[in-house]
Amino acid sequence: MIEAKGLTKRYGATVAVDNLSFEVKPGKVTGFLGPNGAGKSTTMRMILGLDTPTSGDVRIDGQRYRDLHQPLTKVGALLDAKWVHPNRSARSHLAWMAASNKLPKDSVDKVLEMVGLTTVANKRAGAYSLGMSQRLGIAGALLGDPEVLLFDEPVNGLDPEGIVWIRTFMHRLADEGRTVLVSSHLLSEMALTAEELIVIGRGRLIAQSTTQEFVDRASGTTVKVRTPQLDQLAGVLQQQQLVTRIEDVEDQGKVLFVEGDLSTDQVGEAAAAHGIVLHELTLQRGSLEQAFMQMTGDSVEYHAHDEVAAVTQLEAPTAAEVAAGPKEDN
Amino acid sequence: MSVITVERIKLFSTRSPWWCMVIAAFLTVGFAALTTGFLNSTDEQQATIFITQPGAQLSQMVMMVMAALAVTTEYRFGTIRTSFQAVPQRAALLLGKTAVVAFLAGVIGLIASFGAWGIGSLFAGNADLAINTGAEWRLLAGQGLIFALSAVIAVAVGILIRQSAGAIAILILWPLLVENLVTLIPKVGDDLAKWAPFANGSSFLNQGQDFGLAGAGAGGSDFALGPWWALLYFAGWAAALLVIALFTASKRDA
Repeated sequence: MIEAKGLTKRYGATVAVDNLSFEVKPGKVTGFLGPNGAGKSTTMRMILGLDTPTSGDVRIDGQRYRDLHQPLTKVGALLDAKWVHPNRSARSHLAWMAASNKLPKDSVDKVLEMVGLTTVANKRAGAYSLGMSQRLGIAGALLGDPEVLLFDEPVNGLDPEGIVWIRTFMHRLADEGRTVLVSSHLLSEMALTAEELIVIGRGRLIAQSTTQEFVDRASGTTVKVRTPQLDQLAGVLQQQQLVTRIEDVEDQGKVLFVEGDLSTDQVGEAAAAHGIVLHELTLQRGSLEQAFMQMTGDSVEYHAHDEVAAVTQLEAPTAAEVAAGPKEDN
Repeated sequence: MSVITVERIKLFSTRSPWWCMVIAAFLTVGFAALTTGFLNSTDEQQATIFITQPGAQLSQMVMMVMAALAVTTEYRFGTIRTSFQAVPQRAALLLGKTAVVAFLAGVIGLIASFGAWGIGSLFAGNADLAINTGAEWRLLAGQGLIFALSAVIAVAVGILIRQSAGAIAILILWPLLVENLVTLIPKVGDDLAKWAPFANGSSFLNQGQDFGLAGAGAGGSDFALGPWWALLYFAGWAAALLVIALFTASKRDA
C-alpha cells in the first residue's frame, strides 16, 4: 500500500506536484493518469526517495522509502528503461542490483527467464530494442520479488504485442496480491489496464475512483430522441427535472437531447405514458480521449496552439468543478 | 560489505576501466623505458630511481579520469537513480564506490612505480638503482597512496560536477595548470602554490630524493611541510572534498 499525504514539489516558482494525497491499494492495478508534464514522474521519484518533497510525505506500508532496509525486496520500479549503462550486459546490470540487496544468486536468472531475455542476457544493453529495454527494466523491478511495483509509462513506444504482454503482466502481478501503480497519459490504455484510477493535472489531484466510475462520469451519457412530438416530449421530461436541449441535426431535422446520468428506459417510459411516438431513442457516449481532455483540459501545461486552448477552456468544466463533483456524490 | 561487491561488479562489467588501468600502468613503465633506455654511459652512472618515475603523474591523471568516470557515467546514463533506489543510503553506496576505485588506483600506482623502477634497472644496469633509503621507498611505495588519494578527489569532484567533461577538465587543469599559475600572483602566489593540495602530494614523494641526472631542482625545493605531514595535508583535502560531495549527494534530488 502506498500512501501520499499533501505531497508537494516546487522547483523555484513552478509547482510540479501540488498538495497531492492518494492511496494505492494492494491486489489491483492502479492507473496514475495525467497529461504530459502533470507531475506523474516527479511523484514516482518522490515515492522512491529519489526526489525530496518540498512538503508532505509519501509512505510505503507506513515507512518512508529511504528508511527501507533492502528496498528492492519491498518495492520494485521501472521509471525509465534507458537507465542502464549501454556497455554493460543485462546480466551484469541485474547482478549488481541483486548484490546490493543480498538477493539469492538465482534471482537474476529467474527474472531473465520471466521476461524472456535469457538468450540475450550477455549482450550489451545498449544494443537492445526499446521493447527489450523495457523488459530488462521490468526484470529489474521484479528482481527482489517485491510487494509494491511502480511502472512509469511502461507501454510508451511499444508495439501492440509488447503492449498486450505488459498489460497481461500487470494483471498477473495484481492477481498475486501485489500493489501495482502504472502511470500513463492515455485514458484508453488505462481503461484496459487499471481497475483504480488516480487522475492528476498540473500536479493536482483531479479524481481518485474506479476506472469504470471515472469513464462513466467523464464521458457523460446523453440520450438522443427523434420524435414528431418534440415540444410535447420536452415538456414532459422537463417536468421530471431532466435537462433537455433541442438541436438542428443535418438530414434529421430537429432532435431532442436529454442530458444527465440516465438510461433510455426512463425516456421511453415517459414517452409511452403520454402516447408520444418515437422514431429514434439512442444512448450516446463521448469518446474517452475527448472526456479526458475535458477533465484535464485547463490543466494541460503546454498547449499545441492557442485556438485549441481557447476551445477547451470554453467547453471544459474547470478542474475545480470536476474535483468538487465526486465529493457531492459521496 | 554489499556496496563493495556492487561497485566492483559495476566497474568490471564495462570495458573502459580496464583500458584506463592498462594505459595508466603502461604509461609510467613506458616512460621509464624512454628515460633510461637511451642513456650514454656517463649519464647512466648518474641515473637515480627518480628518473624512472616521470610518467607517474600522467598515469595518475588517467586513474583520476577513470575514478571520475565511474561516477559521471552513472549520472550520464541514469543508473545513479537505479543505484540510489537499490541502496537509499546514498553516502554508504558512494563510499563503497570510493573505496573500490581508490583501492584499484592504489594498486595501479604500485604496479606503475615498481614496474618503472624494474624497467629502469634493466635498461640502466650500470646505475645504482637499488632501493636503499627510506626516501626511495617513499618515492615508489608512496605512489600507491598518492594514486589512491587523488582517485578519492576525482570521485568527489565527479559527484559534485556530475558531468564527465566538466569533471575531467577540472581534474586535469587543477594539478597541471592552476597550481602552477597561482605562483604568478604577486606576494601571495608562492604561498598559495606551496599550500596547494597536489603540490603537497608530490612534495611527499619528492622530498629527500637524489634527483641525479634530472638536476637538483627537478622535484621542487620549496616545501611547506615535511613529507608525511604533506601526505596528511593532501589526504585532508581528499577527505574534505569527499565529505562535501557525500553530503551534497544525500541532500540533492537524484
